[in-house]
Amino acid sequence: MEHTPPPFFKRGPAPLVRLFFFASLSLALLVLDARFRYAEGLRGVLALAAYPLQRAATAPVELLRTVGDYFSTQAQLFEENAALRAKNLALSQAAQRFETAEADAAQLRRLIGAAEKLEVKARPAEILYAGRDPYSHKVFVNLGERQGVKPGSPVTDEAGVIGQVTRVHPLVSEVTLVTDQDHVVPIQVVRNGLRAIAFGGGASGMLELRFTAGNAEIQNGDRLVTSGIDGTYPAGLPVATVVRIERDAENSFARVICRPAGGVDRGRFVLVLSDETARPPRPEEAQSGKDRRSDKARRARVKEKDA
Amino acid sequence: MAFGSKSEHILRPARASTVAASLAIALLLNFLPWKDMRLVPDFVALVLTFWCVRQPRLVGLGVAWTVGLLVDAGNGVLLGQHALAYSLLAFLSIWFSRRLLWFGAMLQAAHVALMLAVAQTLVLLVRLAAGDPFPGWAIYVSPLAGALLWPMVSWLLTLPQRRLEREQTI
Repeated sequence: MEHTPPPFFKRGPAPLVRLFFFASLSLALLVLDARFRYAEGLRGVLALAAYPLQRAATAPVELLRTVGDYFSTQAQLFEENAALRAKNLALSQAAQRFETAEADAAQLRRLIGAAEKLEVKARPAEILYAGRDPYSHKVFVNLGERQGVKPGSPVTDEAGVIGQVTRVHPLVSEVTLVTDQDHVVPIQVVRNGLRAIAFGGGASGMLELRFTAGNAEIQNGDRLVTSGIDGTYPAGLPVATVVRIERDAENSFARVICRPAGGVDRGRFVLVLSDETARPPRPEEAQSGKDRRSDKARRARVKEKDA
Repeated sequence: MAFGSKSEHILRPARASTVAASLAIALLLNFLPWKDMRLVPDFVALVLTFWCVRQPRLVGLGVAWTVGLLVDAGNGVLLGQHALAYSLLAFLSIWFSRRLLWFGAMLQAAHVALMLAVAQTLVLLVRLAAGDPFPGWAIYVSPLAGALLWPMVSWLLTLPQRRLEREQTI
């Protein structure tokens, strides 16, 4: 006869064993997610499960907003209407000039044989909520995989670049803001065409130009636009304005602080751009001679092409 | 279980539906569009702590880990950071469950603050290891705020069981 303990003594494995099990499971997931990005499928499923709760959580805020809209007075509406009409007039004039300029530019580009720029499609989206991670600067918008958003699409508002789509869920997408510590935009100074790279400033909500020479020609108030050489952001979108330059004799690089042009921390509506420019593939990077195997592989590939 | 406060009688064991509903509400509160997440208590962690202390056989590390994964996916952060932190939190709560209810409200809240802070530190360590910058000491406001809410949360969550008990005595 076997002696089994009565059922009320059964408590499963010891808590410490369980802690060890779950901790190692989490660590494995963390490494898979952070290093290799293998956990995206699981993340998608879990995000879909959390989606109804998230929508329900934003509902009270929406309701408050709707109620506020309802009680806006007629005078306010009149005023807003007039302002919008004036703005519309100014913008339509600008748009007409832009159209002719664009036609001229296209003709010139054809003349010099440069690649024709494809149109950038923009889709309006609404910011659902700001990311709840204090370690990064992200927002979530109400367009997802179903609406054809692709990771890497630039996101702007009426004033300038907001950020870039970094993760696409079925119904929402995550946008990493330009102020995020890990976010980088290649920029160009409007005044003189100087190229530089703008890094997100993290908690300060600013951008920082790194690796600009101490004697680089940058002034306070310079406007920075995307240079478009990264293949992600189309060229010419406003990014930031220089607000402070610290030149230090000990340091060969200047510290340039810029304020983002777009409403990174305000506003509700943004545009998700889809830039479908056909770009030539990047040239393969030259590798060191030690890496014999890949060298051979490349030669084999070249031979195949020749054959 | 109800030795802690003299006014309480023996409580009914909590039903699984109550646990699930409370966790769903906590998730909802966490997902509200807060302005600065560092100053807002982690409601999910608080509710998990409560159930691990009161019902360690019903809610344990498995539940904590699963809920942590949901929070990770919903917040769009590294998958596993909250799962890890909540597992540790559940372990600590189960470890303390025998003695915590003997303490008064102040001492209970102090213990809860400590446990929440340990979980927050674990998240901090994971993020620092992943290469993120330090977000400032303000992240420790959240465990303190959570501890301040502890008496209210424990009163709210024992409410369904208490009502049943009152009906029984009548």
